[in-house]
Amino acid sequence: MSIRIQTGDFDLGAEVAALRAADPAVGAVVAFVGCVRDRNDGSEVSAMELEHYPGMTETVIEATLAEARARFDIRGVRIIHRVGLLQPQDQIVLVAVGSAHRGSAFAACEFLMDHLKTQAPFWKKETTPQGTRWVDARLSDDAALARWNPTDPATPEATR
Amino acid sequence: MRVNLRYFAAIREVLGEHEVIDVPAGITVGELRDRLMAGSADHARALVRGQGRRCALNHVICEESAVVTEGAEVAFFPPLTGG
Repeated sequence: MSIRIQTGDFDLGAEVAALRAADPAVGAVVAFVGCVRDRNDGSEVSAMELEHYPGMTETVIEATLAEARARFDIRGVRIIHRVGLLQPQDQIVLVAVGSAHRGSAFAACEFLMDHLKTQAPFWKKETTPQGTRWVDARLSDDAALARWNPTDPATPEATR
Repeated sequence: MRVNLRYFAAIREVLGEHEVIDVPAGITVGELRDRLMAGSADHARALVRGQGRRCALNHVICEESAVVTEGAEVAFFPPLTGG
């Protein structure tokens, strides 16, 4: 299990290779890579700055990872989230999951991403032709989280 | 007792990254927020409730009823947009 918050880029191939090399019982690897898009909410995006809450970020991701391990039969996870200044087409986030069979790797990867998006303290600020703006949270991300636990009380103020 | 405050994203841009304040023992996060908002127009604007703004006590997202202890770290921030 590995969690990294870093400014530098990452190599998907190297991360998947490490996951496989660490455990010969891994028969399936599912990896999600999130990237910076050049458009958002109708505006061109020329840059994106990612801020986080050092300490809390790691605590939240570790707790999410522990929950994923309890829920799914998985053998290895590598999570990388970049912070700092990024450009369109840059990689932002990696969640790679290894398991014996594909079902749990697919499910755990989605579970981890849905929690990362809504529970981990990261904030994105975009640069557009109109200036800079903080990105709004999406209700669809909360809906994606809710399907994992219909009674989850951890909803933001606005939706209560 | 002393409490460490942390602000992030749009709230940080108004209030700065960090401040330390003295508050009475037994205060809740909500009461702390009310005190801060009464203290300055910037705090009142940046910490206004709603729009998905959240608070955390010692690195865990909390309700405003959470009780703050000596040396605690309380953070206020807008909706999370990682991933």
